[in-house]
Amino acid sequence: MNVPPPTAAPLTGPLIVTGTAVSLAGIHKSFGPHVALRGVSLDVRPGEFVALLGPSGCGKTTLLRALSGLDRIDAGTISIDGTDVSRVPVDKRDIGMVFQSYSLFPHLTAAQNVEFGLRMRKVDAARRAVRVQEALDMVGLGDRGGRYAHELSGGQQQRVALARALVTRPRVLLLDEPLSALDAKVRVKLREQIRRIQRDLGITTVFVTHDQEEALAVADRVAVMHDGVIEQIGTPEELYRRPVSPFVADFVGLSNVLEGVARGAEVEVCGRVLPVLGPPVEGDVSVYVRPEDVAFTLDSGGVDATVVASSFLGSLRRTSVRLADGTIVAVQHDASDRREPDEAVRLRFAGFPVVVRPR
Amino acid sequence: MTAASTRIATATPRSGVGLLRRRSLGWWGFSPFAVYVLLFLAIPTVYAVASGFFTAKGEFTLSNFSAFVSPFIVTTFVNSLWLSAVVAAISAVLGAIICVALAGMDPEGWVRSAADSACSALAQFGGIMLAFAFIALMGAQGVLTVWLKQSLGLDLNSLTPNGPLLYQVGGLVFPYVYFSVPLMVLTFLPALTGLQSQWAEAAATLGAPRRVYWTRIAAPLLAPAFGGSTILVFASAFSSFATAAALIDQGGIVPLAIKQQVTSETIPGLANTAGVLALGMVVVMAVVMTVYAVLDRRARRWRR
Amino acid sequence: MSRPVGAALGRSGAVAVLVVAAAAFALPLVALLLFTFRVSGDPGALTLVHYAAIVDPAQEFAYDGLFRGLSNSLGICVVTVAIVLLVLVPTVLLVEMRYPAMRRVVEFVCLLPLTLPTVVLVVGFVPVYKVVSGAFGSAAWTLAFAIGVIVLPYAYRPIQANIAALDVVVLGEAARSLGAGAVPTVFRVILPNLRRGILSACLLTVAVVLGEFTIASFLSRTTFQTALFLLQQSDPYVAAIFSLAALVFVFVLLLVIGRLGSFRPSRRTS
Repeated sequence: MNVPPPTAAPLTGPLIVTGTAVSLAGIHKSFGPHVALRGVSLDVRPGEFVALLGPSGCGKTTLLRALSGLDRIDAGTISIDGTDVSRVPVDKRDIGMVFQSYSLFPHLTAAQNVEFGLRMRKVDAARRAVRVQEALDMVGLGDRGGRYAHELSGGQQQRVALARALVTRPRVLLLDEPLSALDAKVRVKLREQIRRIQRDLGITTVFVTHDQEEALAVADRVAVMHDGVIEQIGTPEELYRRPVSPFVADFVGLSNVLEGVARGAEVEVCGRVLPVLGPPVEGDVSVYVRPEDVAFTLDSGGVDATVVASSFLGSLRRTSVRLADGTIVAVQHDASDRREPDEAVRLRFAGFPVVVRPR
Repeated sequence: MTAASTRIATATPRSGVGLLRRRSLGWWGFSPFAVYVLLFLAIPTVYAVASGFFTAKGEFTLSNFSAFVSPFIVTTFVNSLWLSAVVAAISAVLGAIICVALAGMDPEGWVRSAADSACSALAQFGGIMLAFAFIALMGAQGVLTVWLKQSLGLDLNSLTPNGPLLYQVGGLVFPYVYFSVPLMVLTFLPALTGLQSQWAEAAATLGAPRRVYWTRIAAPLLAPAFGGSTILVFASAFSSFATAAALIDQGGIVPLAIKQQVTSETIPGLANTAGVLALGMVVVMAVVMTVYAVLDRRARRWRR
Repeated sequence: MSRPVGAALGRSGAVAVLVVAAAAFALPLVALLLFTFRVSGDPGALTLVHYAAIVDPAQEFAYDGLFRGLSNSLGICVVTVAIVLLVLVPTVLLVEMRYPAMRRVVEFVCLLPLTLPTVVLVVGFVPVYKVVSGAFGSAAWTLAFAIGVIVLPYAYRPIQANIAALDVVVLGEAARSLGAGAVPTVFRVILPNLRRGILSACLLTVAVVLGEFTIASFLSRTTFQTALFLLQQSDPYVAAIFSLAALVFVFVLLLVIGRLGSFRPSRRTS
């Protein structure tokens, strides 16, 4: 399947780009009867940070492991820096990988873990010590080199794992849900740190996650995967604002699903007319509208609704309202605008193009 | 949690369960257990260990320890230690090989669960029944003995000068290994399966070939568990009594010597030799189990 | 790469190892079985005469000791299981529900018999049993007190594993909030959830009691194992038959225990 060409988003990276290009073409992989990847293709530019995003079972981890060489592929080619590495075993591919958890060698200290890759490359002891210290400093654990894995917190362990992966200056950095096992606050801090380091080093990075907020926050481009294919790849803004399919519209960010009738390039929903995103459609459809694209209005022409409940989310509020036909719609609005249950309100739509799906 | 747990036991006046109402009375709940353990665990242990320090008349003495100079006793201890060490070494190697083979099998499959049941059963299968089975196998008229004689002309029991192989201390190795290998498998397999695949994968991504993974990562990680299991086998072989009792008439190893001493005083002038022997066993076991505890703690720290 | 360890031997190598091991371990058992069909003096012939001898009324006297030992052992089983149910289970419950700090103490005490060789303990049992015989007589069932100590580690582990998998405190609080007093809480809420652990403990107790030889031998009481030991000298064939039967029985017991399953914790403890 062909992925639509990426829009030319400017790379805000360092001047010296040290990463290499990665190219996956037509990757097929099955586990027995279950097809995990169906002819997936992906091009990653040097120094780019690409996130593979999707629900469990969509194939994102399989794709990453295929890229690393840990799993063999049934068909397709994998190229790093222009060279075909499809047949190259994992220990020769010169990649750095960070796993979800428990990947530090428990019988070695943090410093010994980090120097492991350097030992494999026969770097001499003096140079190893310098680079290990450099790597640990880079992740902010310069003074913890002597600790063992069980003496470090989850976040610290993952930082050591990152240092270990990067110390050998690999061509590509692969991260398999590195933050999923961590607490929420630690997750946010660590993802920013990973991004910062990645930018500084300019290393090509592929990052797997099931958390769409995480993907949108850190990546240059995000590839949304579903059932073994890449449904859409683009910048976070593109994915959010111009989803090409209902799956992407639903998976990335929140969506209200309303009933409407489509007539070519327009769709009528709740008596209003909105432009359709994508090719023209006819007939009864489900319409995907973002909560922030719905607003309260005092206009007499607004859609009537009754407030059901309102949640305070700190910087904003999300209020769910019931329409005349019983549909529940979530409205995202200013935190200071308080709404009480059973209050009668009127809604208006912002007018952005919406994704529709025939019912 | 303590506050919560005392809350449930403190019944309201309505429920009328008076005994548990006051906290101080609750400690009496331990009395049956405490009395039982005191009478049948604490006192016998203390007696067994301390009796070596007293003469038959009840006076404190260290003269009983001269038993350790007696060549018979020394040989007995050496025999026991040697036997246990040999059994432990053989079982460790055989057990490890079987563990590696089992680790490759499907964890949910029938092979693993059958092996698990078999090992639990075989590890329990000690005592005189095991001795009978080996007599049937390797004894004077044993199935294997007869078969070897007839097909290879080899008389198994002429290998030892004092009588059939099985009835010598050395011959005990065979039945002992039989129940020790399952014990080894039961205690070592979890360590082997606990080797996280992430470690192998991380090592590979860092450029380590398989050989390096095994020598630098897997072996050091498995060493404490392997050592611990081997020591457990040693301890179990050292303490074993029934199988030997069924095969060997007189002394030879420490447990049998103790039996001898308890049922008759064959060493004149030394009372409570059984107590001295028991103390010797306790010392050996204490050393062995301390080493085990250290190894086990290390192994546990690295396992998830 | 998902099973890095297994790759060490290769699939066929692993299967070969397991087949050889299975055969080697089956060998003594097969030998024992073959032995029961032997004709004494004639290694080639096979007969069922030994099996017949068990039920032959004329031979009854010869096997009298064995049957007495067996019934003694069953009596000891009953008393030992009673000790487990009436002393151990309440103690574990008490620890878990009221005195969690005592858990390590109780665990240490219960697992201590694993590190103390039985032959050492019996040296201490001899004088203790002089007193016990004075109080309870010298019938075989009194051995249950000593054997109970040996059984402690085997009975303690399944019960403790079961109880650890529940959250006894939370269950107790839920029951209390619904109006149950302490006694109904224990009998209607806690104990029914401990069925598997208690059953495993009892079955293991039976297995251990039936296999116990050392204590009975030192204290000169007649049990199944000591009777077998004596019988072997006069009639090794019937001794072999009963050994096999006992082995099969214990194996079945262990299978049942295995079927009862392992205990998964209901809540992750951090």
